Amino acid sequence: MPDKPKLAFYWCAACGGCEESVVDLAEDILFVVDNVDIIFWPVGLDFKRKDVEKYADGEIVVSLINGAIRSSEQQEMVKLLRRKSKVVIAYGACAQYGGIPGLANEFEKEEILKWVYEDSPSTHNEENVRPQLNYKVNGSEVYLPELWNVVRPLDKVIDVDYYIPGCPPSSKLLKEAVLVLLSGKLPPKGTVLAPDVALCDECSRKDTKPTDLAFKEFLRPNLSIIDPEKCILSQGFICMGPATRSGCGALCVEGNMPCTGCYGATSRVKDQGAKILSSIASNIEGKSEKEIDSTLNGIPDPVGTFYRYSLAGSILRKKVSI
Amino acid sequence: MLLKNETGQTASKQWEPKIIAFFCNWCTYTAADLAGVSRIKHAPNIRVIRVMCSGRVDPQFILDSFAKGADGVLIGGCHPGDCHYQEGNYKCLRRFQMLKRVVDSLGIEKDRLRLEWISASEGDKVRIVVNDMVAKIKVLGPLGLPLKFKNWADEMHVIVSEVAGKEEVYA
Repeated sequence: MPDKPKLAFYWCAACGGCEESVVDLAEDILFVVDNVDIIFWPVGLDFKRKDVEKYADGEIVVSLINGAIRSSEQQEMVKLLRRKSKVVIAYGACAQYGGIPGLANEFEKEEILKWVYEDSPSTHNEENVRPQLNYKVNGSEVYLPELWNVVRPLDKVIDVDYYIPGCPPSSKLLKEAVLVLLSGKLPPKGTVLAPDVALCDECSRKDTKPTDLAFKEFLRPNLSIIDPEKCILSQGFICMGPATRSGCGALCVEGNMPCTGCYGATSRVKDQGAKILSSIASNIEGKSEKEIDSTLNGIPDPVGTFYRYSLAGSILRKKVSI
Repeated sequence: MLLKNETGQTASKQWEPKIIAFFCNWCTYTAADLAGVSRIKHAPNIRVIRVMCSGRVDPQFILDSFAKGADGVLIGGCHPGDCHYQEGNYKCLRRFQMLKRVVDSLGIEKDRLRLEWISASEGDKVRIVVNDMVAKIKVLGPLGLPLKFKNWADEMHVIVSEVAGKEEVYA
């Protein structure tokens, strides 16, 4: 047992889907536990922070951290894991780009807290009680982590060695990553452990994608029927495939839904949202401002559409006026 | 170093707007050249980057300009129908219309981003457009994103030491 490499999982601002993808390894998880020692995994195993603290610096071989960083507690934990680990992998879209929690960067912290603790219809909080950062009780003081103003991807807080993309990453990618790490042949630092081509490349509808697109209007999947054979983008639905990294096996398209871009951009692209915006907008048919605007009205929430997973990791990071 | 200069400048009274101008080779850049040759005076706040076509202007360039300290971005292309590459300026216009909505949602005022069609013979239009844009941005004040990014990062250090109490401070 002591010879097996030590592996830690941790979650920050995430939904738990990344943890689920570990369980999705199914019988392959037996292979993983045969070869590594999982020493920390708050979702699955009862280890505490003090258990991590007792390891020497660099003793943990790999830490897989999912979720965005938006509180002081998350920062402390990932800094601790960084110190104790040889390799840190940002696991999933939230750790890589901020993910869905990153969309909170469109709002002010006070706006979010007010909605959650006071205004939302399901909230019953007559005295408008808010969590306090510290509180004295029976002579001792208890602390709560502070929520930050900005949601950040993992690599804005600690040094990250590799990235596994996806919301959640496919268990195939996780298995391949574990195999690479066990082999000892580590790829260059900063590598995204997924294919570096656009999703369209592995899409089963690739052949039906026309060379030239000309959008007259944009459709939404909740209001129109998607033809299960034809390229979804060519039907007028926003499909992020052209600006998204492959590696998922075009799962959403197989389920007859457009790609929403969770695997992030390929290595040549800095800002996934700007890139897909550029690609889609330039294929609008209209030539006058009026025609173009009327087509664009079919995208009521461009930030939420193009930056669904990547706002916190994008060039602007956040609504800059707040 | 660069960041320091930028932030220092933003804070000082002598702040002058910094505008990145992407001008297409065939029309607007030539017009700017004509303005120079004709000794037309305009505000010195633009840094011109010559691109072969306004259709070459990737929205990433624009966002990057803002993020690196530009207070405004001006794109100049050929008039509709006059594009040297037939369609490039239409592609630019479509991206521009879309990007305007995104940039607006992310809190950058609409006067900071501008698209103008200026043909090779319209040297005086360069003057009018640049002077007008500079005046408008002077009213808005600095955008100062490098300083903002720096201020955002500050919370990571302050909060941990304040809140964590006896815990070890890593930051």
